[in-house]
Amino acid sequence: MKIRVYRFNPERDTKPRMQSFEVAARPGMMLREALLEIHALDESFGFRHSCGEGVCGSDGMNVNGVNCLACVTALADLKEPVEVRPLPGRPVIRDLIVDMSQFYEQYRAVKPYLIRTEPLPEQEIPQPPAERDRLDGLYECILCGCCSTACPSFWWNPSKFHGPAALLQAWRFLADSRDQATDERLDALEGPYKLFRCHSIMNCVEVCPKGLNPTKAIGKIKELMLEKAV
Amino acid sequence: MNLQHRHFDALIIGAGGAGLNAALRLASADYRVAVVSKVFPTRSHTVAAQGGVNAALANVLPDNWHWHMFDTVKGSDYLGDQDAIETMCREAIPTVYELEHAGVPFSRLDNGKIYQRAFGGMTQNFGGDQAARTCAAADRTGHAILHTLYQQNIRARTHFFDEVFAVDLLRDDEGVALGALVLDIATGEPLVIEAKTTLIATGGYGQVFRTCTNAFINTGDGMAMALRAGVPLQDMEFYQFHPTGVAGKGMLITEGARGEGGYLINASGERFMERYAPKARDLASRDVVARSIVTEIREGRGCGPHQDHVLLKLDHLGAEVVHQRLPGIVDICRVFLGLDPAERPIPVFPTAHYAMGGIPTDRAARVVAPARHGPEEYVPGLYAAGECACVSVHGANRLGGNSLLDILVFGRAAGQDIERYLSENPNHRPLSASHLEPALARLARWERQGDGEPVHVVKADLRKLMEDHCGVFRDHATMAQGVEKLLALRGRVESARLQDHSRTFNTARIEALELDNLVDVGMATLATALAREESRGAHSRVDFPERDDVNWMKHSLFWREGDRVEAKPVRTKPLTVESFPPKPRVY
Repeated sequence: MKIRVYRFNPERDTKPRMQSFEVAARPGMMLREALLEIHALDESFGFRHSCGEGVCGSDGMNVNGVNCLACVTALADLKEPVEVRPLPGRPVIRDLIVDMSQFYEQYRAVKPYLIRTEPLPEQEIPQPPAERDRLDGLYECILCGCCSTACPSFWWNPSKFHGPAALLQAWRFLADSRDQATDERLDALEGPYKLFRCHSIMNCVEVCPKGLNPTKAIGKIKELMLEKAV
Repeated sequence: MNLQHRHFDALIIGAGGAGLNAALRLASADYRVAVVSKVFPTRSHTVAAQGGVNAALANVLPDNWHWHMFDTVKGSDYLGDQDAIETMCREAIPTVYELEHAGVPFSRLDNGKIYQRAFGGMTQNFGGDQAARTCAAADRTGHAILHTLYQQNIRARTHFFDEVFAVDLLRDDEGVALGALVLDIATGEPLVIEAKTTLIATGGYGQVFRTCTNAFINTGDGMAMALRAGVPLQDMEFYQFHPTGVAGKGMLITEGARGEGGYLINASGERFMERYAPKARDLASRDVVARSIVTEIREGRGCGPHQDHVLLKLDHLGAEVVHQRLPGIVDICRVFLGLDPAERPIPVFPTAHYAMGGIPTDRAARVVAPARHGPEEYVPGLYAAGECACVSVHGANRLGGNSLLDILVFGRAAGQDIERYLSENPNHRPLSASHLEPALARLARWERQGDGEPVHVVKADLRKLMEDHCGVFRDHATMAQGVEKLLALRGRVESARLQDHSRTFNTARIEALELDNLVDVGMATLATALAREESRGAHSRVDFPERDDVNWMKHSLFWREGDRVEAKPVRTKPLTVESFPPKPRVY
């Protein structure tokens, strides 16, 4: 199978190029395994990866124009030649490795942690299953960055718009019946950019390897803001 | 070379559950904490833990930490240290509540309490009926816990060094830990992190085996660093094979699948665990189930065209239970096997999973090693917690749901004792150039140019070698041959060469440094396994099928210098309760 990968080493290259490799595809083979074979042929080819089963979020990349995790992308499902590029909209450090610092900054900006003001009980804070169910589809985010780097609003305003991944987390804590910082969280999302730059383009939903729906979460935040304003 | 130096109160190497729980405690107490992680913290392997964390909360069935302690001592095949096990089982309860308060989205019961499921080797009343002790967030418990701990560390303003690889520990002439030489992966620049205390929390080394449930990053870095710093490793022969890895691929299928009512069948559709563990059946402890599966296959009752696996059946549980309680397993089966486990059984085979052994520590996570006055003297300023440490709560076999517990309890204990140490030792000790030399030499070794074997070839051979010579069933001849081959392979590492010497995010360079580590921990595993002439827990010898308490109820210690193996006693005395004397282990 023909695989074309994006190459750029700032110590050697003045501009990026695509390089072709031929990999013998085996039944059930994932893209990550093919990239490992390419790495064995040319150890200077770099990409991030670790768990190999779609839970660590290391190997987000752009394959045939779509963001995905290499470890859960079957070669058999890909059109030849496979074009593998770094996640779009981020500075490239080397080959498929991009600088994600702004993405993490946006994540930290939404205070992605449970805030309680009341004293804590000796045992667990009770949470009925119906309240806990609201967190399903929110807490599973693995911070791979596939969604935010597929979002045009995030490309245009990366320093102002929080992006789908961070906003999903904002809603994860707003939706948590144990969290007591609703007003503070909503106030922090006010303004034209942080939240409202989302134009429901839905790229995030299409590419999320965990099947999550940041657009819906963003809609819920907007609804809650409206409720509060009334 | 002009080396940059940074100074912290505590250096934590590794950002999994143990490292982050220690960091959280210290950062919340306003200490200057550096967490060095070779991957972004939420990519640590804790994220992959599925089934849950044990604590005798008694939310579903009556329970008691003392019963949990009995199960853990028995599960350890009586090799676990009972004082440490008592600590872990008692602390489990406040630890889980603390996590819940921090935000972990545990699954819930109708009354709003944390959901608890059945898990292997967990009983009520010291060996009675099955207990429900494992607190779970669906089958993504590790993910839920790791992300929550990272989030709380953001809140506490822990200083993270993301994608920075620890090369070697630094110690002064008196053996006091001074920090580490690290390598910024993005720039290729080395950096010295000087710290008053150092915690090694680098996790396991499953990558030493070809088929494993472990992530690519699990290469035993901290363990090998300890070995090179002159610290021995304890009980390395005890390596757990998880009974249910996806056959031929290795992804983990949580024991929670059996906890929810799944069971194993052989080629004739027989529920075979009844023959090996009449009472606990599929929820016997992992060493028992793994051995039973391999025995079924060896005796010709394996499934598939090559009769090389068994099947895990979940379809009788109904789609609702499977999809709600085991969504991650459904994903894995869909992606890697193209099947829905609510409809068809999963092909499984025992897969290298977890290191019971590691850097020897006491209950406060302080590293201990034999010195002048006995087998357990502190290495000043040095701590270890999590899978890379051996405290030892798992002994010869770890029970499911006890690994998340281990990392959390002893990560926290490390944080606590580091606070004490810092109050008694408020100043940095001087670091001289000579203390840095060995670590810099290690980096320089991979700068050599010219012809030589590539790293990935040697690594692949190592993993095959370990799988062939140190698997579920072991014997003297196979392992002795394995040691010979590993000695030869160690020579090949010496002549291996990097082709790419660039500095910017050079993953090949990191893999070369990881190979050094894998070879060291591989030798520790093989050498101690060869020395232990008995069967106990995960260490199953065909030529010595019985447990031998007279000669072998002791920990092994492996030193890198001369590949030396020695022994030290098991701590059989708990803190406040009667000790559990060794008994035959039946389930």
